[in-house]
Amino acid sequence: MASRLSLRRSASNRVVVGVAGGVGERTGIEPTIIRVALIVLCLASGLGFILYALAWALSSGPSAAPQARLRTTDGQLRQVIAVSSIVAGILLAARAVGLWVGDAVGWPLALAAFGASVIWVRSERSEAHAQLDPLAAVFAVQPVLRLATGGLFVLSGMLLVLQSGYSAGPAGALPLVVAVLGLTLIFGPWLYRLAQQLADERRERIRTEERSDMAAHLHDSVLQTLALIQRTTDASEMVGLARVQERELRAWLFGAPRPDLDLLSAAVEAMASRVESQHRIAVETVVVGDAEIDESIATLLDAMTEATLNSAKHSGAESVSAFIEVEESTATAYVRDKGCGFDPRLVPEQRGGIAESIRSRMERHGGRAEIISEPGKGTEVKLQIARTD
Amino acid sequence: MTPISVYLVDDHRLFLSGVRSELDAAFDILGEAYDVDAAAEDIAALKPDVVLVDVHMPGGGGEHIIRETLRRAPTTRFLALSVSDAAEDVIAVIRAGARGYVTKTISPADLAAAVRRVHEGDAVFSPRLAGFVLDAFALVAEPVDSELDQLSPREREVMRFIARGYSYKEVASRLHISVKTVESHVGAVLRKLQLSSRHELTRWAADRRIV
Repeated sequence: MASRLSLRRSASNRVVVGVAGGVGERTGIEPTIIRVALIVLCLASGLGFILYALAWALSSGPSAAPQARLRTTDGQLRQVIAVSSIVAGILLAARAVGLWVGDAVGWPLALAAFGASVIWVRSERSEAHAQLDPLAAVFAVQPVLRLATGGLFVLSGMLLVLQSGYSAGPAGALPLVVAVLGLTLIFGPWLYRLAQQLADERRERIRTEERSDMAAHLHDSVLQTLALIQRTTDASEMVGLARVQERELRAWLFGAPRPDLDLLSAAVEAMASRVESQHRIAVETVVVGDAEIDESIATLLDAMTEATLNSAKHSGAESVSAFIEVEESTATAYVRDKGCGFDPRLVPEQRGGIAESIRSRMERHGGRAEIISEPGKGTEVKLQIARTD
Repeated sequence: MTPISVYLVDDHRLFLSGVRSELDAAFDILGEAYDVDAAAEDIAALKPDVVLVDVHMPGGGGEHIIRETLRRAPTTRFLALSVSDAAEDVIAVIRAGARGYVTKTISPADLAAAVRRVHEGDAVFSPRLAGFVLDAFALVAEPVDSELDQLSPREREVMRFIARGYSYKEVASRLHISVKTVESHVGAVLRKLQLSSRHELTRWAADRRIV
């Protein structure tokens, strides 16, 4: 780095970033003389700004750690100086080639822009900086100071524009435009940050709400069940509790956002879960095709529920399979257990369960029920109904 | 006869240790893994006879493991074992090359039988998988491209029995055919499930999330 012009900015002798001091140390000329020359050049044509910016860009950092010369953080001020020098240089160049709105408006605008840059550079860095550097808290007064300084620049720039009497639009419009522009320059970054903060907070709040929803749900369901299981000594009851909980949790994790009981598949799941919670039996459900519950499907579902309950109560089996298939013109259900079975011929005709709830219910709606069972070989109930459309 | 070697992959360690203790007596458990990457490495190196693999796992799940290792351990067979998952996940695992799918509520004896069946090259269909298949290959009015894209009436019948909770043996006795014939029907269905290009299959699986 030192090879580039071999200019090293001064760590000790500096007003801004130590360029003049560095040049002084390098050439042996008193830095104050260099500074005066730079200021004169600045005032004369702006050349001083350009030279300064150039020297700063081309020089390397001081060999020793920079010593405090103003109570501001070095990097921030440097940035302000750099930005304004470069902008000034560009403005001067523009003025020289004639791309210029006139001194009366141009300079005040530049002044206002400088003020804005003072505020903006500060604003962008302040938060991250405050978190990293505990000392920043000590300089808490600094943002106010900066805002005031920057605001002063902006306001005086704006006032100068107004005073110049420059008019491009209808009378009265200019002061308004200038005022809005000034306010935007001063408060823009602050408003922007505020909006961003609000958005962040909102996102965080949504996340928190989701988390507490989930916590509430797990508390009401899984934790309660786990507590119940710990207090249960009966193994089969534990299994039953676990099974109901599993079904419920699965529905919550993978299922539709709301329990849609208008659909057959959801209703079958609900039925299975009800039977499992009331009886010590596992209900394995398989639904092929799905349909909205109309009259015929509801009939089939009721009969299927009754058959499943019969298996749960009388079969002694550990599980019952409930299968339902919906096709275009018919719907068919099978309920099967591998339990004790019975001889259908020996069951009295008027016995409530099968005769009334299943068979005649199906027949009333144009369906039919068929019961296949043999003692010791389990039971299967077949239910079929034509679909109403 | 050397016992069938089995490898277990599941991110639920508690469940895994349960399965392990159930299978330990009858099988040679080569190892277990809790994540996709470890599983793929191990399976390629150990070449177990059968891998029991969870359908849904962080980092890709069973489908990913099967695709990773099918070439590196060509003799290994995969059986998906899982809590009842979404249809699309199950179908994806089968299409990746698993020879069957059983739910975790399966009894230890049935699970052992399923492992043997898969080892022998047969397909294992739980009632739920049979239901998925019937749903996916539902009869449609439009003509299908090839034989792979639809089930024969007999295959449909067999699938219905399995979905109703019948074992292969029970299906055979109800249809008055041999267990071998049932197995070959089921194998044919598995092949169709894996090879069919029927677009409804993917669309159906994507549309539907059966719990």
